[in-house]
Amino acid sequence: MRLEPRIASPAQTILYPVAAFAATFAFAALLVLLAGVSPLGVFRLVFLGAAGSQFALLETLTRATPLIFTGLAVTVAFRAKLWNIGAEAQLYIGAVVTVVLGTGAVAAPSWALVPLIALAAMLAGGLLLLGPALLKTRFGVDEVVTTLLLNFIVLLFVSLLLEGPLKDPMGLGWPQSQRVVAEAQWPRLVQGKRLHMGFAVAILAALAVWLMLARSVLGYEMRAVGHNAAAARFAGIPVNRVLALTALISGGLAALGGVAEVSGLKGNLTLDLSPGFGYTGIVVAMLALLHPLGVVASAIFVAGIFVGADAMSRAVGVPSYIAEVMTATALLTMGTAIVFTRYRIRWR
Amino acid sequence: MAAALEILFTASFWVAAVRIASPLIFATLGELICERAGVLNLGIEGIMVAGAFAGWFTVYSGGDLWTGVAVAALTGAAFGLLHGLLTVPLGLSQHVTGIGITLLATSLTYYTYRLALPEVTSPPKIEAFRPLEIPLLADMPLVGPALFAQTPFTYLAFAAAALVAWLLYRTPLGLALRAAGENPDALEAQGLSVTAIRMGAVAAGSALMAVGGAFLTMSAFNSFFFEMVNGRGWVCIALVVFGSWRPGKALLGAILFGAFDAYQVRLQGVVGDAVPYQVFLMLPYVLSILALVAVSRRASYPKALMVPYRKGER
Repeated sequence: MRLEPRIASPAQTILYPVAAFAATFAFAALLVLLAGVSPLGVFRLVFLGAAGSQFALLETLTRATPLIFTGLAVTVAFRAKLWNIGAEAQLYIGAVVTVVLGTGAVAAPSWALVPLIALAAMLAGGLLLLGPALLKTRFGVDEVVTTLLLNFIVLLFVSLLLEGPLKDPMGLGWPQSQRVVAEAQWPRLVQGKRLHMGFAVAILAALAVWLMLARSVLGYEMRAVGHNAAAARFAGIPVNRVLALTALISGGLAALGGVAEVSGLKGNLTLDLSPGFGYTGIVVAMLALLHPLGVVASAIFVAGIFVGADAMSRAVGVPSYIAEVMTATALLTMGTAIVFTRYRIRWR
Repeated sequence: MAAALEILFTASFWVAAVRIASPLIFATLGELICERAGVLNLGIEGIMVAGAFAGWFTVYSGGDLWTGVAVAALTGAAFGLLHGLLTVPLGLSQHVTGIGITLLATSLTYYTYRLALPEVTSPPKIEAFRPLEIPLLADMPLVGPALFAQTPFTYLAFAAAALVAWLLYRTPLGLALRAAGENPDALEAQGLSVTAIRMGAVAAGSALMAVGGAFLTMSAFNSFFFEMVNGRGWVCIALVVFGSWRPGKALLGAILFGAFDAYQVRLQGVVGDAVPYQVFLMLPYVLSILALVAVSRRASYPKALMVPYRKGER
């Protein structure tokens, strides 16, 4: 068996991804059958839970917000073939900076405090990824392992802070930080609902990343480094500097997701701020084929599955982990579909 | 200070070091086999979770211990075949696919766990492997209890290291496997299939990873709980580099890591509350990164690692 490059017909470029989603739902249906429940009923509940009412839709968009940020972080990094698997840690560092500056340490009006926190958090997140990027360019250390291990180190660091210097004295002993002051909070987009400014910022960020990748010199250099680092170097592109800038931008985007979660939604920092947004961001980015605007759509889709599965799980006893199974399966089937659009399989 | 040094001369410390190292030995060998054949397997973390559950659940449902080990191995091999299918003949990104396998294996395991045990609040225990003292040898000071009073599962880890070393360096199959990771064209010129060898290596390596996971539930903790693998898979990826892709060095690296981990736990008791416990828990991960930095500059990766093989392509 071998693969032969080809240019797929328009029908095929649509058909294969659709088949990938069909396969994902078929696999999920099989698992739901194991639970002894009708798959169609479960899918209906997932859909209603994700988009069946105004409340459900807003909840889905709220959940999509951090995923857009981590999805963009992964997109930027993966485009330059910088394998940032550490968006989880960068998001948490963003949240840490938010509560360090936002719980009363800096007294400033809202128009100054909100951007100050955002910029400081992005810098911290960027620097957190710059470390692995420099280790890669200077010492040849694989950034996959270092960014993965940093996720564990940073989570322990957050735990240390929440049981020490950042612990809320009024928190009844729970490891949680104080709430951010009113001036640091991000406003709600819909009065009385949970959807907050973070969603709007996320969309602006997606537009900005799209412009940068498609229209700027840096974006061009990043894509060149991603395609072929040796050729890029030969063409005079400063590969190491491009990778360093990529790291700063990617880490900064993930950190901004952490700011949004704390300032826009939760109000304080806890150890369960992120149920794996950093890892799910990889799925989001890959489903969007590393296109920044596609990230918005795929984040909303993935968030819908998670929110819908939660609602479904409360109604019938199918474990909500079905959402994680579905997103992971979608990642693998979509990757396969892309291969099929680009290559023809020859069996001899 | 004296108390911190005394730890090194207690038998319980060395016993713990080897026990902590055992699952890492299996998983590091597994990753080593995959990478030697040219395939990075980031599915390791999830495959260890799946193996931990599969082994434990087999015994929990009434199977005997060795059946549990076998079921864990088969589970790992199945995920390995999936990873191999996607990355070898189809040539998908090994990074992305590996992360996908980890997410899939972990979530499938959690889903199955919740489905099989909907009501439990505290994870049920099983009758796990018991220590098996080897007469005479176990009576040696320090080394005796550490190496010869462990469970049979630990002995299997050492046997696996010897077996992998023998297979890699002393058999035609091992030569073919190493060629698949160094110079696949040469292998194909011999009339052997790079695809078949790589697929087989990934399946076998993944089986070993799952057995490493099963050690956690069947010889260390006696029950399955979420987050129990806790980054051990990623540590093993670092250990493969640290051991420069050699089974013997990987074995030593794993034991060194186990000793360090056992030491930091005991040091917490000596130091007390002066240093937050999280600092100690961070140390193994920090050590892994430092070890990578130390060896990476002169690391000699398998030349075709992460290079998909397409027949007739240059």
